[in-house]
Amino acid sequence: MTSNQFPTNIAIAGVYEHESRFSPDKTEFQIMAECAKGALDDSGLALADVDGLFGASMTMGMMGIVDLAEYLNIRPSHIDGSNIGGSSFVSHVNHAAAAINAGLCDVALVLYGSTAASNAMAIGTGGSSGSRNPETAFTVPYGMTTVGSYAMYANLHMKKYGTTSEQLAEIAVTMRHHASLNPLAKMRKLITVDDVLSSRLISSPLHLLDCCIISDGGGAVVVTSLERARDLRSKPIQILGCGEAVQHQGVGDTDLLTIAAKQSGNQAFAMAGLKRSDIDLAMIYDSFTITVLATLENLGFCKAGEGGNFVTGGNIGLKGTLPVNPDGGGLSSNHPGMRGIFLIIEAVKQLRGECGERQLDSPETALAHGTGGTIGDKHSGATLILGVTQ
Amino acid sequence: MSNIEHPLPYASFESLGYWEGTGRDELVLQRCNKCQIVQHRPRGICVNCLDASNLEHFVASGKGTVYTYTVTEQNQAKGFAKACPYVLAYVDLEEGSRILTNIVDCEPYDVSVGAEVMVKFVTQERPDTESFAVPVFTLS
Ligand SMILES: [Zn+2]
Repeated sequence: MTSNQFPTNIAIAGVYEHESRFSPDKTEFQIMAECAKGALDDSGLALADVDGLFGASMTMGMMGIVDLAEYLNIRPSHIDGSNIGGSSFVSHVNHAAAAINAGLCDVALVLYGSTAASNAMAIGTGGSSGSRNPETAFTVPYGMTTVGSYAMYANLHMKKYGTTSEQLAEIAVTMRHHASLNPLAKMRKLITVDDVLSSRLISSPLHLLDCCIISDGGGAVVVTSLERARDLRSKPIQILGCGEAVQHQGVGDTDLLTIAAKQSGNQAFAMAGLKRSDIDLAMIYDSFTITVLATLENLGFCKAGEGGNFVTGGNIGLKGTLPVNPDGGGLSSNHPGMRGIFLIIEAVKQLRGECGERQLDSPETALAHGTGGTIGDKHSGATLILGVTQ
Repeated sequence: MSNIEHPLPYASFESLGYWEGTGRDELVLQRCNKCQIVQHRPRGICVNCLDASNLEHFVASGKGTVYTYTVTEQNQAKGFAKACPYVLAYVDLEEGSRILTNIVDCEPYDVSVGAEVMVKFVTQERPDTESFAVPVFTLS
């Protein structure tokens, strides 16, 4: 693959996943700073080298990125605190690549930290109470929840294509198997399809074990030019393609089953010049089991309606045709509210061959797709295709 | 009867026509007569011509079909926690727009994708002693 033009002239030089899953004694910024140290150490760079700062969190408000710069006591030349939900960090890496390519910064640090679990946040079922935001006037009266919106997607998919709860359950079972091989994962005890189906319904047809866990955690990614990354401590991972998209209800005429991943995925694959079958590993945001199925279909790994068959029979397991989330995903490893950064971190570690028991056999390409917001309502999607350098 | 205590929506000037309509037990939709677009939610402009001059509200039939739905078994939010299980649904209206709503007055698991439904209005008290009406749907 050529390495002198965008985006292949940009690489990920360092990553770090916070080891904690419960940190009641830490703040978000503290977790972010610890992750910054971890990722910079991984790359061999120092905080003083960072001139691009990217970050978002569940609680950072307006100017939150400026607060973060102050906390770290740095004065970067390029800042981006855009928050499009859990996909933000995939999007940040895309933006960082563009900024580095444009000469706006040389070393970009992408940060996330969260204390969602120790703050006892009810992320999926907190539902809507009153709000002064006019945007919510047509959802607030009806008790829309995050899980409820995904559940409506699932029911429509089941009706249209005959997808079953057993097929969705198999996604959760596969993620748990992966987590059992990940020493950092929060939930490592193996489960069966029956366990998922007999767990209580949260919002039909989704059961408790169809839903992601809630944890604390954080992560960091260091992005720089491939040229610079080649001289650094860790094996550089090249950016091959990227894309972003939004999906929403339009004027009340949107096909619910078409999600942002379709547009962002097509863009990323076109940029990378790769086929779906060229991808060795997919990191898919798994807020719920149905999120994985919807995303795989919309990214084009299988046809619309064939997701149920695609995710069964071990096909998305470590030995399947498309291994998905070898770390155990948000369903079993960690989900501190906005999971996008972990998709990139695991993809990079797998491409470097650093994943121990859950390591895939020499993967050369990986796709990470983050979903932010709510499928079935309005959401963002960000896709990143990565590869080992040639 | 539904046990839901519907939280008060924030009616901006853009959605005032809609909520005034529900107060008259009318489901009101917005159309741009220049572009022939029906848009929900209502906006201060038409999304096609970005102009307001040809926008009008009209009374919809209130008939529709369930596009998709879920039976909510857990929602901690005020007004809903005690109402579980309740049905959250998207309804495709006869006039071509889709709205989020609740399906009420039935066994929750009797609802299905494609079921025909009809609007009804639930009056909800407000702290200032006025009331507002929320459109919900029942199986036809
Ligand atoms: Zn118009």
